[in-house]
Amino acid sequence: MTVEETLAAFTRILRDLLLDDSIVLTMETRREDIPNWDSFNYINFIVAVELEFGVKFKIADVESFPNVSAIVTEMAKI
Amino acid sequence: MQTTPPRCPMMNWLPVAPDFRSDLRAALDNATPSDCLEGLASLASYRLGLLETVQLDGAFGRLGLKEAAGFLPSRLALLASSTIHHLLPAIRVAGLRRKLLIDVHAGAYGQYRQELLDPTSSLHQFSPEAMLFSLTAREAISPVPVTATIAEADEAIERFIRELQSFWRKAREIGNAAIIQQTFLDVTEPLFGSYDRLVSGAPAQLVARLNDRLCEAAAQDDVLLLDVARASERDGIDAWFDAGHWFQGKLEIAPQAAPLYGDMVARILAAQRGLSKKCLVLDLDNTLWGGVVGDDGLEGIVLGEGSAAGEAHLALQYYAKQLKERGVLLAVCSKNAAETAEAVFRDHPEMLLRRSDIAAFLANWDDKSENLKAIAARLNIGIDSLVFVDDNPAERARVRQSLPMVAVPELPEDSAQYVRCLADAGYFEATTFTPEDRNRSRQYAENAEREALLGSAESMDEFLCGLKMSVVFGPFAVTDHARIVQLINKTNQFNTTTRRYTSEEITHIANLSDALTLQFRLSDRIGDNGLVSTMILRPIPDQQDLLEIENWVMSCRVFGRQLEFEAMNIAVEAARLRSARAVIADYVPTAKNSVISALYRSLGFAKIDNAPGADGTTRWFLKLADYVSRETHIVRAGGTR
Repeated sequence: MTVEETLAAFTRILRDLLLDDSIVLTMETRREDIPNWDSFNYINFIVAVELEFGVKFKIADVESFPNVSAIVTEMAKI
Repeated sequence: MQTTPPRCPMMNWLPVAPDFRSDLRAALDNATPSDCLEGLASLASYRLGLLETVQLDGAFGRLGLKEAAGFLPSRLALLASSTIHHLLPAIRVAGLRRKLLIDVHAGAYGQYRQELLDPTSSLHQFSPEAMLFSLTAREAISPVPVTATIAEADEAIERFIRELQSFWRKAREIGNAAIIQQTFLDVTEPLFGSYDRLVSGAPAQLVARLNDRLCEAAAQDDVLLLDVARASERDGIDAWFDAGHWFQGKLEIAPQAAPLYGDMVARILAAQRGLSKKCLVLDLDNTLWGGVVGDDGLEGIVLGEGSAAGEAHLALQYYAKQLKERGVLLAVCSKNAAETAEAVFRDHPEMLLRRSDIAAFLANWDDKSENLKAIAARLNIGIDSLVFVDDNPAERARVRQSLPMVAVPELPEDSAQYVRCLADAGYFEATTFTPEDRNRSRQYAENAEREALLGSAESMDEFLCGLKMSVVFGPFAVTDHARIVQLINKTNQFNTTTRRYTSEEITHIANLSDALTLQFRLSDRIGDNGLVSTMILRPIPDQQDLLEIENWVMSCRVFGRQLEFEAMNIAVEAARLRSARAVIADYVPTAKNSVISALYRSLGFAKIDNAPGADGTTRWFLKLADYVSRETHIVRAGGTR
């Protein structure tokens, strides 16, 4: 899966979760850049990604993703 | 990062949505909010994952509907010692699946004690109809050392249970809410290994003991259970609990378990309102047995010992029989020649279900939807009370299409999994198990006998006279409490106001000195119909000589037996004893109670001459001085006043 494909999938998941089609994720996006992407929706996002891609993040990583790029990079390791 | 995805509880009985995202858009494109809601409710009947559930709930939230025609509003408060906000969307969506509009109040994390005790708290202002306690076992077991003796362990658990019971009592004081207590998830790790179960202070043993004591206390205090502990045993604890989410956000229920959690909560709320299913309708070929009896013949079908597949089909029969024993009606709906199908029940040595177990047997070549309607009509229950089990995906799709109110589990291809699928769906969720449930199938068999009698009678009058009916009546009895609550909340046809009452509300009303409650049992020479009718009369505030029939229900089993006339005779006599001058009653029409639209007129009430309410409600008046007792064929036996 390319970085672009992963970004597109993340964007779709977050749009669905927050019911906001204006969201566009870039590698630099941080959680606080997106309205309503609170800790509750962050956990939902992570679990939705895990279920869709069949992966499981380490707690240490989930806790400390500084931006979207960090998650994409983590995904790319597989 | 690992490539093992989170374990996820499966809701396999629900069909997969063909295209969720565009269906959601289509639902929201409807012209009116109530049409949008209908669209969302049908979408909720599909198998939805976490993401779809959150989306659907978000769309529902945007409609901003607190009430809607065809949906029952419900108010649920959650009191929790872990984070539960991620569970709320799933509860609301599972409500939509059952035509419930659930308004959920969730207190702040860990604040439930304060919320309960403070009369000005948002919980008190919310006035819930049901309160769900979602607590972790941690607070109960963490003070107990591994070295605790049995006595020490028991004492600690006892103390915790007593505190829990005091919470329940407090909660009851808030608007007579029904109490639901979540069982304790066992998220402990083995300490001694298998030997854990022999050590009273071992964490797993403490949780087991805690759940045992919880069940005893709940039974004693009339508290309902939400059994997540059992669910986690079925799905595996990893599907329900994820240590990472606990560390991260104090979530005890894992997000991926939310859809099933919500469904389990909504089942209980629906069951309390009489929305659980009542009848299991079974296909025959490749469902109750393997093969096609019309082609393979009686000897050719696969059933019973000697074949693994045959045992799987037999297991479904066994489960159906057990459901029947707990009061679920069984019916057959099959494309077969009636004689061929009946012969299997009569002549096949391995058949566990007998023809007499089946309350309605329809084997013919008609469309199955038409047969399902006929089954509901014959059993005098709503079409939405049916569960239809069929191995054929095409038949399932056709029934879902034409009768969306019928529950049609998405049966797996493997017959070994049929029972699991049907059981997991929770269609027959109960909040009580009464003597009436135990006797239901016998009563339906007796009704068939009565119908035969009616067929041979010259006239209705001769039939009723020959039945030798007698009624036992009196105020609501404590011993009949569970049945009274069940009857009031399950009855949809003969129900004058379709007001629903919690168990606590009924207790409250029965204890009011100015309320007049009546319960009626009807028996005849064929058998006892059990407790079949209840009436609640309350004085109009400031007009103590005016009694209002707040609710009157009667089981459809005894329609047409003149019980409504004898019940009114009895009610009028009781009202006169209280020096009442008149009785007032509302008829609130619903989709299901048109059978009694002329009830009050037939009893001699006069319509109060103002326009019906927005919901079509008509108000009726009976001056007691003018009431003439109706002659009936029912004698009174053992009545108390």
